[in-house]
Amino acid sequence: MAKMEIRLAGSGGQGVILATIILAEAAIIAGKNTAQSQSYGPEARGGMCKAEVIVSDEQIGFTKVTKPTFLLALTQASFDKFGSAAGEDCVIMADSSLNVPDNFKSKKIYLLPILETAKVEVGKAFTANIVAVAAINRVLNLVSFDALEKAVFMHIPKGTEEINRKALLAGDKLAQNI
Amino acid sequence: MKNKVLMQGNEAVVEGAIKAGMRFFAGYPITPSTEVAEHSALRLPQVGGHFIQMEDEIASMAAVIGASAVGTKSMTATSGPGFSLKQENIGYACITEIPCLIVDVQRSGPSTGLPTSPSQGDVMQARWGTHGDHSIIAIAPSSVAECYHLAIRAFNLAEKYRTPVIFLMDEIVGHLREGIEIDDEAEVEIIERKMKQRPDTLHLPYHVCDGDDVPRFHLTGYDIRYNITGLVHGADGFPSNSNEVADKLITRLMKKIENNVDDIVEVEEKYCEDADTVIVCYGGTARSVMSAVEELRAKGEKVGYFRPITVWPFPEKQLKKLSERVKNIVVAEHNYGQILLEVQRIVKDCKIGFVGKVDGTVITPSEIIKAVEEVK
Repeated sequence: MAKMEIRLAGSGGQGVILATIILAEAAIIAGKNTAQSQSYGPEARGGMCKAEVIVSDEQIGFTKVTKPTFLLALTQASFDKFGSAAGEDCVIMADSSLNVPDNFKSKKIYLLPILETAKVEVGKAFTANIVAVAAINRVLNLVSFDALEKAVFMHIPKGTEEINRKALLAGDKLAQNI
Repeated sequence: MKNKVLMQGNEAVVEGAIKAGMRFFAGYPITPSTEVAEHSALRLPQVGGHFIQMEDEIASMAAVIGASAVGTKSMTATSGPGFSLKQENIGYACITEIPCLIVDVQRSGPSTGLPTSPSQGDVMQARWGTHGDHSIIAIAPSSVAECYHLAIRAFNLAEKYRTPVIFLMDEIVGHLREGIEIDDEAEVEIIERKMKQRPDTLHLPYHVCDGDDVPRFHLTGYDIRYNITGLVHGADGFPSNSNEVADKLITRLMKKIENNVDDIVEVEEKYCEDADTVIVCYGGTARSVMSAVEELRAKGEKVGYFRPITVWPFPEKQLKKLSERVKNIVVAEHNYGQILLEVQRIVKDCKIGFVGKVDGTVITPSEIIKAVEEVK
């Protein structure tokens, strides 16, 4: 497997850090090496938040993403900032409510209704990160659906398994159709 | 059973500490160290230990010293601003020779600085933050696995040399999550402080037996009463104004570490055998250096790295030896040049380059490569 450098960006509170933790956990379950990190401001909510996960068969030295192979953007601010900085080969997934930024170089972009799906289909806006995780897993072909579900269940409050399973299935379906 | 799990550096240090026997944590949460307190609060009650959130950093440092005095391996965790506050009581732990672990997950400073950004600006504070001549041990992990294993070693050194040990982490490693294999049943070496055996020396808490570097311990509050003071003290533990006693005590405090550097110091050297250029790095910065060195080696360049795992005492002998056979040394650290000063002091005939950063971002492998090319 080629080294994957995955960057997720959004607004504080949207759960992008948790989403990368789940992807890292799934990578561990699948026997891969992984490094997960995040950067955010002092605000608890609303500031721009970037979280990253590297997945590789090799040992991982530098723990941060330098040339992202995948980017998820959930807000316009994060799409503008990281979308235009992404190279030609970077696969980008963004919420379909967003406008594609200027100076855009990436050749592969998927605009998916992640936020809308969480709110309407799953019924809870806060499951957007789980919807996104399933869509990312499908696009990148990271791990099996079962392994991903196992990783999700390790990081959610007890009693929320059903709603999270619903979010996973919805996200997986979103990415199946592309 | 061996089990590979995803863990954060801040959690791994707690797991390592618990393995070493840590059963008391007192602290006051601060980014980017908060998860150390959170994980201690979760784990300590499960193993019969105690977690207490104190009113501030000064009090938590005092509580840690008190708990250790009655025989419980104790730890606190903080970041720059809190580390400053703890310094007074760290000095108290130095002169009273009470073992404890102070985790400092460094962030950008001075003052409250950039709370969520990485830095290594506390290296000199770890060495000289508390006033007066004293020795210290500071250990800088570079991975989540090292947070676990070196926490055990840090407690062992604290107990053996009756000293506070600074666990000098940074935001890069503290907030990093990666896979770590923990074997719950693995036998690891655990060192306990030497206890007084002879009843006739119980009234002399600071008496040093022949051949020992430090006094043997007697748990405070048991069998007899004895005095512990931050003032210069003789074997009986009571304050002394004697210049002779002062000289003997302060000299011993310095020498107990200085005379045992070979036991304490740990270094990682990679690709140094044939290298003409060596990068000196420690803690989270080493991860950038590791990638840069692999990239340079792939291009056939003779570059290696030298990583002090114990930052204090600094691996002077090892660096001096290495500097006698390499041409260039590049120091990489997330500050304005602190270990750089040590390198400049120790290294005589090499060209010295430097890559430092104080903007709150992480030094990238390409910035290291650029610094290597500039020094050549």
